[in-house]
Amino acid sequence: MVNLEDYSSNIENQWCPGCSNFGILTAMKHALLALDKNPEEICLVSGIGQAAKLPHYLKCNLFNGLHGRALPIAVSINIVNPELTTIVVTGDGDCYGEGGNHFLHTIRRNPDITLIVHNNQIYGLTKGQASPTTDPWDKTRLQFEGVELEPLLPLATALLHGCSFIARGYAGDIKHLSELFVEAIRFKGFSYVDVIQPCISYGTHTVSWYKERMYKLPDDYDFNNKREALIKTTQWGEKIPVGILYRNDKQHRLFGDHFKETIFNGKLTELGFPPHQTIIEILEEFR
Amino acid sequence: MIDRSIIISGSAGQGIQTVGYILAKTASKAGYNVFSWQEYESRIRGGSSSYRIRISDYPVNAPFVKADILLSLDKKSNEKYLPLLKEDGIILDEHQTGKRIINVPFVGIAQQTFQNKLFANVVAVGALGAVIGIDPDTLNKIISSQFSRKGEEIVSKNIAAAAEGYRTARKSCEGICSWILPKIEQQYYLITGNEALALGAAAAGCRFMAAYPMTPSTGIITYLSKHKDRLEIFTEQAEDEIAAINMAIGASYAGVRSMTASSGGGFALMVEGISLAGMTETPVVIVLGQRPGPATGLPTRTEQGDLLFAINAGHGEFPKLVFAPSDPKDAFHKIARAFNLADKYQIPAVILTDQHLADSYFTVENFELDNIVNKSYLADPETIGNYRRYQLDHTGISPALYPGQSQHLVCCDSDEHDEYGHITEDLELRKRMVEKRLKKFELLRHEIMLPEEYHISGAEDVFISWGSSKNAVFEAVDKLRENKAKVGAIHFTELMPLPEYEFLPGKNYYTVESNATGQLGKLLRIEYSINVKNHITCYSGLPLDHEYIIERFLHG
Repeated sequence: MVNLEDYSSNIENQWCPGCSNFGILTAMKHALLALDKNPEEICLVSGIGQAAKLPHYLKCNLFNGLHGRALPIAVSINIVNPELTTIVVTGDGDCYGEGGNHFLHTIRRNPDITLIVHNNQIYGLTKGQASPTTDPWDKTRLQFEGVELEPLLPLATALLHGCSFIARGYAGDIKHLSELFVEAIRFKGFSYVDVIQPCISYGTHTVSWYKERMYKLPDDYDFNNKREALIKTTQWGEKIPVGILYRNDKQHRLFGDHFKETIFNGKLTELGFPPHQTIIEILEEFR
Repeated sequence: MIDRSIIISGSAGQGIQTVGYILAKTASKAGYNVFSWQEYESRIRGGSSSYRIRISDYPVNAPFVKADILLSLDKKSNEKYLPLLKEDGIILDEHQTGKRIINVPFVGIAQQTFQNKLFANVVAVGALGAVIGIDPDTLNKIISSQFSRKGEEIVSKNIAAAAEGYRTARKSCEGICSWILPKIEQQYYLITGNEALALGAAAAGCRFMAAYPMTPSTGIITYLSKHKDRLEIFTEQAEDEIAAINMAIGASYAGVRSMTASSGGGFALMVEGISLAGMTETPVVIVLGQRPGPATGLPTRTEQGDLLFAINAGHGEFPKLVFAPSDPKDAFHKIARAFNLADKYQIPAVILTDQHLADSYFTVENFELDNIVNKSYLADPETIGNYRRYQLDHTGISPALYPGQSQHLVCCDSDEHDEYGHITEDLELRKRMVEKRLKKFELLRHEIMLPEEYHISGAEDVFISWGSSKNAVFEAVDKLRENKAKVGAIHFTELMPLPEYEFLPGKNYYTVESNATGQLGKLLRIEYSINVKNHITCYSGLPLDHEYIIERFLHG
């Protein structure tokens, strides 16, 4: 049995004191504990940004790569070793801006990984520029007159492209968030949790702005209903729904299934080196 | 000595590739050395392209310019390629008649005899076979295997069409050409650079390839995908080249040998990923199939314009391997070597090819599988104790494990990191990490092969070349030496790091390269302090050939 202390990292934390990222980190540890995952069974993958530093603060395997590029790294880790619990930890700039193309195409692939986006609607590490989810006409340290662009609707985008598990959590509600993480990590397929994470240094909204607008989806909300989910995933502003917005519980194909069924079912590391004879036989076809 | 050159020309979509491939394969099966290359336009239909075949009873593996036989499937192509026909060359044509013209109505025969003009190509193959004097049984065997997937009826119709073309051309040949290619008891491999790279990677145990389609590198992932059941390799078409290299790096971090491939523009997008591989010390192999740039350039043609780009690819300072194989046999062995060295030193390795090497069919006498020694360079998790992915020691090579292999945690970071792989701003540690990474480069240098010397002793003029132009350069040396010229050559295939090598004094050196600025010359100046003043360059998009090299050498 694993215990919470097993995930403790002694790396100095670089987040701002009081940052809501701490809530996400705690929720993640509780979720992994609930799933009884040993540190060596977990692989956290991240890009660049304050969110992307999270893997260093949780004892596990980690690959902290380039800005925007966590998803392609995680996709291939999952193909090589499907037994690892592979989780991408990223932010709104990292995932929806720099890595937007990978976000779209990873949804299409449906790998068995979990995507967690710390969405603070701002660039924190570069000190306060607009992100793809900053609300229109919010003023920032670069968009002095306000943001002229329409915000991306990442949850709706995910829904339209066939993502089978879409949730929104709140960094301030650790218990609820860790429950969402548990569901997401357990889910077979690409599971995606966007986490409202108010930025206390550069955010365009206060914590209370979010609190006044957020509401938990009621128990009788049918998250299997795609039409209803389209309404919920586009809802933002006056009301912000939190919880599992959409979930497709039907059997669906995972990225790599075809390879597993027809060629090799296991960790690719088990394949080792091919016998020379295999190559010699194929080369004969060129004579 | 037999040395026959053929140009098959037509517009895109007419099927000159089918005609060319069947003929090349037949000549190879008959025991001859065959070299074939294509030059074509970046379009799906129309234009004028050519498929060129050189058949000889001694090894050549280099292009020629002047042809003995010109077969054109349309008038425009005939006009375009006629200047390349030797004075005593023969034309094989649908409509024209005249001296040294063999008239075979390919389309006419296909329509009249087979009620389908699609057979015109195979009629042309048969006619060409007759002109060069190839054994019809061998031709039939190749046609059978080429069409076997389409059923017996199609096979027999194609054999009949080829026979009709053969018969018609043979009749007209009387008194014009008396060439014959008697069967030789010899079996060579006929293989492209891309196929050889794919198989070399597979032989080295590559289990993962991601790539975004880009001419001329697409053939590698295509081949591996087609044969993934036998080779047990996972292939994925990435959404872009950035994803492709990151996927390859992720797979390598997770514990398998992996690769990607692209051409100049796509490789440019991968450059940040190469730097990531350098920083995280993740082995990965990247094939850069060059084509003429800048930007989109000439997408379907050839050039060696990215040498310095490949050498310098990746921001920051880190060790990297750059190899440029000279032909498919070299490509097969070189990529396997790159996989093993990349693993041993935990570095990215770039294989520089070009459209000429990627797409051309070369004759290979033998592959030396026994020379491929695959070794796992992973540490032993049982004995390693307190595991640090970036443990500092005198070699700079830290113990590699993969996540999930054992209880040891494997942490990699693109930020500067401590021995455990965690982000750091400790500037003293930073210095030690830079030194650690660069130490590997010095060790790697001792593994690098010397350039191949060709008739160096006694040579007054020496060509220095690299990559796919080897056979053309060496052929130029041979021809010049036949005329008593004191010429030799030095050919590089391992370009980063460069080996310890001494250029003999008192010789006139010339770099011979398919680029405009003599990039190898610049590299040699930096690495060996040798100032090469003469450059034979070619940047038309066509490959170097011996006639061009000799012409530029003799007349500037």
